[in-house]
Amino acid sequence: MRPAVELNELTAHELHDLLASGQTSCREITQAVLARVEAVEPLVHAYVRMTPEIALRQADEIDSRLARGEHLSPLAGIPLALKDVMCTKGLPTTCCSRILENFIPPYDATVVRRCYQQGIVLVGKTNMDEFAMGSSTENSAFGPTRNPWDLERVPGGSSGGSAAAIAANEAIVALGTDTGGSIRQPAALCGIVGLKPTYGRVSRQGLVAFASSLDQIGPITKDVTDCALFLNVICGHDPQDSTSVDLPVPDFTLVLGQEIRGMKIGLLKEFLEYEGTRVPAEVEEPIRAALRVFENLGAIVEETSLPSLRYCIPTYYLIAPAEASSNLARYDGVQYGFRAPGEDIVEMYRKTRDKGFGAEVKRRIMLGTYALSAGYYDAYYQKAQQVRTLMVRDFSRAFQHFDVLVGPTSPTPAFRLGEKTEDPLSMYLSDVCTIPINLAGLPAMSLPCGFSDGLPVGLQMVGRPLEEETLLRAAYAFEQSTDFHLRRSLPARSNATALVRSSRQRGNK
Amino acid sequence: MPLTPEEVEHVALLGRLELTAQEREVFTRQLSAILDYFQQLRELDTTGVPPTSHVIPLQNVFREDESGKSLSQEETLANAPEQQQGCFQVPRVIE
Repeated sequence: MRPAVELNELTAHELHDLLASGQTSCREITQAVLARVEAVEPLVHAYVRMTPEIALRQADEIDSRLARGEHLSPLAGIPLALKDVMCTKGLPTTCCSRILENFIPPYDATVVRRCYQQGIVLVGKTNMDEFAMGSSTENSAFGPTRNPWDLERVPGGSSGGSAAAIAANEAIVALGTDTGGSIRQPAALCGIVGLKPTYGRVSRQGLVAFASSLDQIGPITKDVTDCALFLNVICGHDPQDSTSVDLPVPDFTLVLGQEIRGMKIGLLKEFLEYEGTRVPAEVEEPIRAALRVFENLGAIVEETSLPSLRYCIPTYYLIAPAEASSNLARYDGVQYGFRAPGEDIVEMYRKTRDKGFGAEVKRRIMLGTYALSAGYYDAYYQKAQQVRTLMVRDFSRAFQHFDVLVGPTSPTPAFRLGEKTEDPLSMYLSDVCTIPINLAGLPAMSLPCGFSDGLPVGLQMVGRPLEEETLLRAAYAFEQSTDFHLRRSLPARSNATALVRSSRQRGNK
Repeated sequence: MPLTPEEVEHVALLGRLELTAQEREVFTRQLSAILDYFQQLRELDTTGVPPTSHVIPLQNVFREDESGKSLSQEETLANAPEQQQGCFQVPRVIE
């Protein structure tokens, strides 16, 4: 019999095998996860709300189905950490904003319903940058999340809570959202697997909108197999989301194990150098080493360049705030959310939004409102949309020759808390490798490919529209040849005091 | 292309935000720096390039015009900060 404390360290597919063969119960798994949360949450702060009653009730239902001899779907009984931007019926959904602090949705998001239908167990809702605006989870109204690999560093963002929960073994699978890198960058900084599906693959119904033409929900997992299994659950057409793609969804696990001989991989120069600054060797070397692994597996690697990508930062930071300023107009203190009193309605709106939103959200509303305002629309918003067309064209040209485009997920490993909070532009620049993919609507994933001074480095792979399978096939082949995905951050039986001490020592170094 | 504090105040009103004097000063500086950085887009010739607002070539998506299940009045008002007689309540709008 395995000691319960270890169950939370396993992957979903490993746990499924233990459940199916009667070696453990769903209650034991859930309790192991909850015990881990209790032990390390004071350090990590991955969650903003735990749901142990729901989790144990769902777990017991799965156990009784098992006892009746029912066949379980692959993720039945698997504990989930859900980013607090997806609506959960009867459970607060805050987007880590004061303005939604007491908002209780009257319905579940489509993805949440799909998870429940497959018997996935909800253990809690995770921390994030307010309204998913940020790259470090420091913009949460409820305090930052810390990177389990080094508690003085950020976990990335905006899905930093979901990524940290997986890296610290505080959940088995997690859901994040990715508008400009918010799944892939935290996955990279936390040394785990994150995938942003093609725009339209996953329903956005019940996802609180940030930038509607860019937002996409995706899995954050410990390995590629779990990623494929989770995609099987969440992908598919939803009549309630008019932008969801009405195409058949494959079984994403079927490509795992297929060889990649002859696969054409393009290393994107724009991901290695931006405005004359090269990514540091500590990032470039693991990427180059990963490419040698692919070559040894029979893939053909060449460097390539997509010139329009060098304009991705201004393009994204005009389009995303423009959409956000429009989407966030609904937070007016009338139908739901926080309200501050005012003498007249405009004063009520302004005081509500002043007290309800944090600094970064206000900054983006300002930027978006300005870009959309009379006299500036053509110079900024329209221009950015035209450059977006150039990027879409550049990518589609590259994909005539390459099957996959690669580069680092983030130009640096995890940075220190507070390092970029005073200079918003420097924070925006940390998204340089991920935002072009959202602008073009492509699928992309990050997987661990090495370490730099004990901090994980992520390899980003980008695919043709709707070709998540190509990414998974390549990622699985890479994973089978390496052991980066097996390394874990905080020790299993963590002693909180020892951890705090060791992180302080690191900080003083 | 620096923004003036007056322009920042105007944009704040459009976006229904209320800024303290200090926020106005910080945003004037930060937004000026960000917009200044964005000027690099001007060097790119986009004459005749159509704008992309959405990457999927979806046009209108239609369904049959049938009424479905809606939220009850009680559910709809459950999150309202202020309500009266089954309606959302706001400060007086009409004099």
